[in-house]
Amino acid sequence: MRLLYFAWLREKVGVADEQIPLPENVATVGGLLDWLKERGAGHAEALEDLSAIRVAVNQEYAGPEVPIADSDEVALFPPVTGG
Amino acid sequence: MSVRVQVEDFDVGAELAKLHGVGMRGTGGLVTFSGIVRDIADNQTIKAMTLEHYPGMTLRELEKIEAEARARWPLTASLIIHRHGRLEPGDNIVLVITASAHRQAAFEAAEFLVDWLKTKAPFWKQEVTDGGHQWVAAKSTDAAAAARWRTPADLTPAAKTG
Repeated sequence: MRLLYFAWLREKVGVADEQIPLPENVATVGGLLDWLKERGAGHAEALEDLSAIRVAVNQEYAGPEVPIADSDEVALFPPVTGG
Repeated sequence: MSVRVQVEDFDVGAELAKLHGVGMRGTGGLVTFSGIVRDIADNQTIKAMTLEHYPGMTLRELEKIEAEARARWPLTASLIIHRHGRLEPGDNIVLVITASAHRQAAFEAAEFLVDWLKTKAPFWKQEVTDGGHQWVAAKSTDAAAAARWRTPADLTPAAKTG
C-alpha cells in the first residue's frame, strides 16, 4: 500500500510517502495507525495524539473503522487549514 | 461550475467579468469572496506563507463541496479558485464566486463554500515569521462555522472531518 504524509506529519515521520505491504493482522484504518506507531521514533512522535490526525483512504476521508486493502492509497495529515 | 487549484495568481475582476460573459441567464446577483494573506497573526509579523496541499484529493474535495452548494441553493454559476505554494502578505489565496437569481442564495452559498472548504479541502498553511516556520493550527471557530451547515445526512462517519 502507499502511505502519504502531509504538513507537520511529513516532517515528523521524515518522508512524504512510503510503499509498504499491508501488515498482517491490519484490516482497518485504526489498526494501521496502531501498527504505524510502532514503526519508528518519528512515526511514534507523529502519531502520539491520534485526535490530531486525519486519514483519507483513496482520497476520501475515512474513520478508524474503515477497511483497508493492499492496493489502497492512505494519507495521514493534520486538520486542514486552507481558505 | 468550475474549480481550479493553482500556483498562479488570479484576477478577481477578470474572473467576475468572465462569469458575466457566459450564460448569465436568470442571474440577478453575484457574491464574491476573496481571501488574502494577512500580515499579522497572533501579534507576529508574517513574512510569507507556504500552502501545501494533497494533489488529487484537493480537487475532488472542492468539486464535492461545490456540488453540495449547487444541490442546496439555486445557483446559476459558481467558481472556486484556491492557490498553493509560497505567498506573501496581501497575496490572493482563495476566490469564491456564486451567482443566483436572488441575493440570499448567492450570499448563503458563498458563505457555505468558504466555511466548508476551510474545514474539508486538504490544504495546510505554514507561516514564516522572524521566529522561524510554524504550521498554522486548525481553529475551533472554523469548525463551528462549518458545523452550522451540517444536515442529518452529513453526519456519516466519512463526513466527520472537523
